[in-house]
Amino acid sequence: MTDVGGRDPISFPEAARTALADTQLRRNLGYATHTIRAKRADVVAEVPDWEELREAGRAIKERTLRHLDDHLLQLEASVTAAGGVVHWARDAEECNRIIGDLIAGHGIDQVVKSKSLTTEETKLNEALAQRGIHAWETDLAQLIIQLGDDMPSHILVPAIHKNRAQIRDLFLRTLPDAPADLSDDPRELAETARLHLRRLFLETKVGISGVNFAVAETGTVSVVESEGNGRMCTTLPEVLISVMGIEKVIPAWQDLEVYLQLLPRSSTAERMNPYTSLWTGITEGDGPQEFHLVLVDHGRTNVLADEIGRQALNCIRCSACLNVCPVYERTGGHAYGSTYPGPIGAILTPMLSGLDHAGSLPYASSLCGACYEVCPVKINIPQVLVHLRDEVVRHERHGGGLRDRLEPEHVAMRTLARVFANRRLYEAAQRAGRLAQWPLTRRGKITHLPGPLSGWTAARDLHPLPEQSFRDWWRQEHGG
Amino acid sequence: VSGAREEILGRIRTALRDVPRSEAAADVPVPRDYRHADDRPMPELVELLCDRLRDYGAEVRRVPAADAGGAVTDACARMALARVVVAPGLPAQWRPSSDGGAAGLQVLEDDGLTARQLDAIDGAVTGCASAIAETGTLVLDGQALSGRRVLTLVPDHHICLVGSEQVVGQVPEAISALATAVAQERVPVTLVSGGSATSDIELSRVEGVHGPRHLLVLIVEP
Repeated sequence: MTDVGGRDPISFPEAARTALADTQLRRNLGYATHTIRAKRADVVAEVPDWEELREAGRAIKERTLRHLDDHLLQLEASVTAAGGVVHWARDAEECNRIIGDLIAGHGIDQVVKSKSLTTEETKLNEALAQRGIHAWETDLAQLIIQLGDDMPSHILVPAIHKNRAQIRDLFLRTLPDAPADLSDDPRELAETARLHLRRLFLETKVGISGVNFAVAETGTVSVVESEGNGRMCTTLPEVLISVMGIEKVIPAWQDLEVYLQLLPRSSTAERMNPYTSLWTGITEGDGPQEFHLVLVDHGRTNVLADEIGRQALNCIRCSACLNVCPVYERTGGHAYGSTYPGPIGAILTPMLSGLDHAGSLPYASSLCGACYEVCPVKINIPQVLVHLRDEVVRHERHGGGLRDRLEPEHVAMRTLARVFANRRLYEAAQRAGRLAQWPLTRRGKITHLPGPLSGWTAARDLHPLPEQSFRDWWRQEHGG
Repeated sequence: VSGAREEILGRIRTALRDVPRSEAAADVPVPRDYRHADDRPMPELVELLCDRLRDYGAEVRRVPAADAGGAVTDACARMALARVVVAPGLPAQWRPSSDGGAAGLQVLEDDGLTARQLDAIDGAVTGCASAIAETGTLVLDGQALSGRRVLTLVPDHHICLVGSEQVVGQVPEAISALATAVAQERVPVTLVSGGSATSDIELSRVEGVHGPRHLLVLIVEP
C-alpha cells in the first residue's frame, strides 16, 4: 500500500465534521477560494484560444502517458548527456534513501528546499530528520507549516488556514532572528522570513526542488513559482537534487508553450507567474555544478494501469479544481487526509494509495462538474469519481469491511435510477415520501434517517419534500 | 539502482497493456490550433508589454536609444545605488557611467562574482533575450546580454533593458526562439514576469520576497 502523505487515515466524513466546526478555517477558505476563483475567470476569459490550449494540454499528456516508458528513457538520456545524474525510485522509502545518501555523501546536515508535493507524499523531511539532516522549507507558506508542525490545507496556498496574528506569534516563538516588536503586517512577516532564509540560501551547499515539467527531448527541468525561493534553491547551492513523479515528463521543448500559458492563469490567476526557471543539466560557471534528478513512481503506475483513471496523471497541480469545489470550500484540505486535497485528491489519492486506504474519498463530491470545466488539462473528474465509486463497491463486495453499509446504497442507487426514469413511479414515490417523512422532520430539516439509510444523513441534512410538487402545482394552475 | 529502473519500466509496460504495440508516441494526435504568433503592429505590442509589466508592479520607462545609458545612470542615482554589476554583453551605450551624473556609482563587471559578493551589491543591469507582450515577461537566457542567473537574483534592484525590436506578442514565439540555444548550448532560461511576490498570508499580496524587490524595465526605442 502506498501512503501519499497526510495524516493517519480516518474517513473523509469524520474529518470533515471536525473541519466544518472550525469557523476560522471556513472563513479563510471561503475567502481564498472565492477570490482566486473570480480572478481566474477574468484572466482565462481574456485568452481567445483557451479551449484550443486546453485541448493541446490534454493531448500532450495523453501522448506522454501512453508512451511513458519511452519518454522516461529519453529524459534519462538527455539529462545524462547534459551532465546530470538520473535516479529511479520505486517508492517513498527508496526516494528518501537516495536523497539522504546523496546529502550524507557531501557530509552536511542541512539543506534548503523549495516546494515539492512529491516529497510531501514521500515524507522526505521526516526521513531526513531521522538521519540527522534538517531540510529547511523556503516557500513562505511551507515555512509557516514547518515551523508550526502543521499540515498544508491547500496545494497552492498551504497556510491559508492560518491568520496573520497566528503567523506573527509563530515567528516570534520559532525564529530567533525575528524582531521582538514584530507586527502582524504581512509585509513585515514576509520580510522576517526573507532575512531568515537569505542567510540559509547563502550558506547551504545542497538544494532540493520539485519539478513542474521535465522535457524528454532536451533534458530541461522547470520550476514554476512566485516568490523566488525556487530560483534560490536551484541556482545558489553547489549541488541540486530535483524530485519528480514520473508523470511530470513532457515530450518536447515546444510543449512548454502550452503549459506555461495554462498553468499560471489556472493556478494563481496571473497572466504569468513571477519566475519560471528552466535548466538543462549543468552550465559551467552558472548555477549548481552537480545535478541529480530523482524519478519517483510511488503509486503512479497503479494510476496508469486504470484506463479510465489514468487521466488523473494529466494533473499539473494548478489547484483550480479546489477553488471551485463546493465540498472543498466548506471542509478545507485537511479533511482529505492526503497531500492532494479537493476534487483531484478525491480521485488521485485512492488510486495512488489503494481503495482500502482512501475508499471514502470518491464520495467527497456532489458530482457538480465544476472541476472538469476549469481543469486546464481536461481531467474528467466526475467521470473518474463515478468509476471509482463503482470500484469501491466492487472492492468491498470482495474484500468485506464496508460491505454492509455500501451494498444497500448500491441497491438504492439502482432503484432510484429506475424511479427517476419513469414519471408514474416518480410521482407515486413523491406522494409516498411526503407521507413517510413527517415523523422525521425537525425544524424544516431531516437530520436522521432510520435504519440502513442513516449513513446518508450522518454527513448531510435533508430538506423534506415540499407540500406540493412542481408537477402538481403546474397541473393545478394550467390544468395540464 | 538498475533494479528500480527496470522494475518501474516493467510496471509501466504492464499498466499500458491496452496501448497497441505498433503505436508510436507521434501517432497520438496533438492538435495545436492555438495562436502561435501575434499580428498586432510593434508599437501596439510595446504598449501592451508596458501595461502588463506595470500591472505586476514593475517600473517601466521608454527611452530613445541615444539616451539609454544616461537613463540607467539616472535611475541608479535616483534609487541611491552605490554599486551595480552589469551583464558582460551589455552594449556600451546601455551601460551606466560611473563618472557622470551619479556621484560615486561603482560599476562592476561580472568576473564570476559569488552569491555572497552579490549580496553586498545594490543592483544588476542586464539586457534580455526577448520580451513577451501578452504576459509581460522578460526572457533571460544566461548568455552575455542576460548575464548569469545569480546576477538577477541576489541584488535588490534589477534594471533590465529591452530593445523594442526584441518584443514578441505571444508565449509560443518566445519558446520557439529559445529552442536551438536550449537544445544545442543548454542555456539556462529564466522567465521573469514582474517582481517576486507572495500571497501566502491571508492572500494579501506582498512584493519582494526573495528576488530583487525592485524591477525597472527600460524599453529602448530607435
